[in-house]
Amino acid sequence: MMSEIVRFAWSALTGHRLRTSLCVLGVAVGIAAVVMLTALGEGARQYVITQFTSIGSNLLSILPGKTETTGAIPHMGGVANDLTLQDFLALQREIRAAQLIVPISMGTETVSRGERSRQVAVIGSTPDFLKARQLRIQLGDTLPSGDVERGSAVVVLGKTIAQELFPGQQPVGQVVRVGEWRMRVIGVLGEIGTQLAVQMDEVVLVPVATGLRMFNRSSLFRILMKVRSSRDLDATCVVAIRILTERHDEEDVTCITQQAVVSTFSSILQTFTLVLVAIAGISLSVAGIGVMNVMLVTVSERTQEIGLLRALGATRGHILRVFLVESVLLAGLGGLVGLATGLGVMQLLVWMYPAIPAQAPWWAVGAAFLMSVVMGGLFGVLPARRAAKLDPMAALQRR
Amino acid sequence: MIELQHISKLYEIGGQPIYALRDTSETFHSGEYVAIVGPSGSGKSTLLNIIGCLLRPSSGAYVLEGQDISQLDDQALSHVRQHNIGFIFQSFHLVPRLTALGNVALPMVFAGVPSAEREARALAALDSVGLADRAQHRPSQLSVGQRQRTVIARAIIMHPKVLLADEPTGNLDTGSGQQVMELLELLNRQGLTLLVVTHDPNVARRAKRVLMLADGRIEKRLARSEFPESAMPYPQGSTREDDASR
Repeated sequence: MMSEIVRFAWSALTGHRLRTSLCVLGVAVGIAAVVMLTALGEGARQYVITQFTSIGSNLLSILPGKTETTGAIPHMGGVANDLTLQDFLALQREIRAAQLIVPISMGTETVSRGERSRQVAVIGSTPDFLKARQLRIQLGDTLPSGDVERGSAVVVLGKTIAQELFPGQQPVGQVVRVGEWRMRVIGVLGEIGTQLAVQMDEVVLVPVATGLRMFNRSSLFRILMKVRSSRDLDATCVVAIRILTERHDEEDVTCITQQAVVSTFSSILQTFTLVLVAIAGISLSVAGIGVMNVMLVTVSERTQEIGLLRALGATRGHILRVFLVESVLLAGLGGLVGLATGLGVMQLLVWMYPAIPAQAPWWAVGAAFLMSVVMGGLFGVLPARRAAKLDPMAALQRR
Repeated sequence: MIELQHISKLYEIGGQPIYALRDTSETFHSGEYVAIVGPSGSGKSTLLNIIGCLLRPSSGAYVLEGQDISQLDDQALSHVRQHNIGFIFQSFHLVPRLTALGNVALPMVFAGVPSAEREARALAALDSVGLADRAQHRPSQLSVGQRQRTVIARAIIMHPKVLLADEPTGNLDTGSGQQVMELLELLNRQGLTLLVVTHDPNVARRAKRVLMLADGRIEKRLARSEFPESAMPYPQGSTREDDASR
């Protein structure tokens, strides 16, 4: 019998093409908005996750200073003890699970050659830094290995820096000034692009001890570790903190796993997506009111028909179902059209601007359609109840 | 058999009680053919709608085929209408977007008759009123006479015991009116109880007996032979139904 009621409701909808199409359009706009905004939000989340994984996986960072919140970067330069190169060496000696342990010092300085100069980020580290961050040397050598405490005056240039300071020339073997320091260029990085909002083509790499001395610091910026498997991340953090706590006589370092950072960002962006969906939901509720309005008009137009159906033996329940089915069909149809439009526009947008990360997750597609159907039911209740409550004889005789 | 015992129908209009029907008792035997006449506002339609279970009496008992109807709830009343009553309306009440076949099959949809059986039965009913070749036409593509015959096919599709016709010829020309009445009388001869509300003396005169209503009461019960030759035995007003119930 349900299929009959659906067919009956369908015949009523197709009887009023314009009204039905306009109402479907209203719902479609709402659903399309939900799909497109979800796709953008989710696309942004995927983009950030991809960014984090592109810097290498199974990474953890040890930072000077203590924080109670994982995932957030602790305040800089508190009362904490320094994170020193000796700490780094101790970790290197004692942590077997680590594939790579990389000390990092960091600051900004002016790099110049003759007339040309620019402000750049200077990263002091070891050759392992390039391995952990999956960077490639295009020309010349990587940073010198060996004694980390020996800071030689050598520098590896980012690709863009090399091109700007040595246009059309061979930079390896030449000398540049980094701040007050005269340094010999030993290599040039391959093209990398932006990683975690840092333009890696515009940095220069120096030995870690050189970096510390250059910026007159005793504390490392952080120690980066790469472990063999993501399961080792948390355990390694615990061991590293224990070793450093013993050396410092207090727990004054923070260990952040890459997973924790990724999941923090991921959940922030998920919230962002939900906010977008909620905004789209407003347009959807407007469409719902449109559905209700159309159904109320339909009920009052078809009062005689309702009286007739009652005379022919339809119960109040039957009438309720007839009109509920009609509004669910109306909204569901709008949902389908909206999905098709939303996904289509997304495809077009990505095709036209490939840089826009947009990806509608399957759950959003399903939820959007479900939402339209539920909305049809919800906003259909009032008109359908009104129809079912009509007195059969009065309805029949309405002119 | 239809038994009405002391049926009254009371409306309140602007705080004033208005009786559409007062203390009416009547028995209709199975297979009877009765015309109900009376001036506008006399309670004819109210009586017909109470018999058709579309309206509940304010007081009194209504016993249909041994079952007391006056106490039934909405769902049970719907069921009684579905299986016992066939309605024929002055203004047809066909669903304009459905074909003749679809309209005739409509009562079976709510009775849960399987779709294959529905189509066969609806087609047979249309055939019995001579409209088998019009099954796929919409009401707007049918003449008024054909429309009323479609309504008759719809009225008998659930094999009811009673046919209630409210001004069945009111919107028809003489020729098709005649055809419709003959069709109804044929069904009556096959055993259906036929109650016809009418303003037309020529229609009323065809019935075996005539109930004359005035002011919410049955004023006269006339046999066919007692019915006057030409005009209605009451002053003619508007020919439109205009009961207090409206």
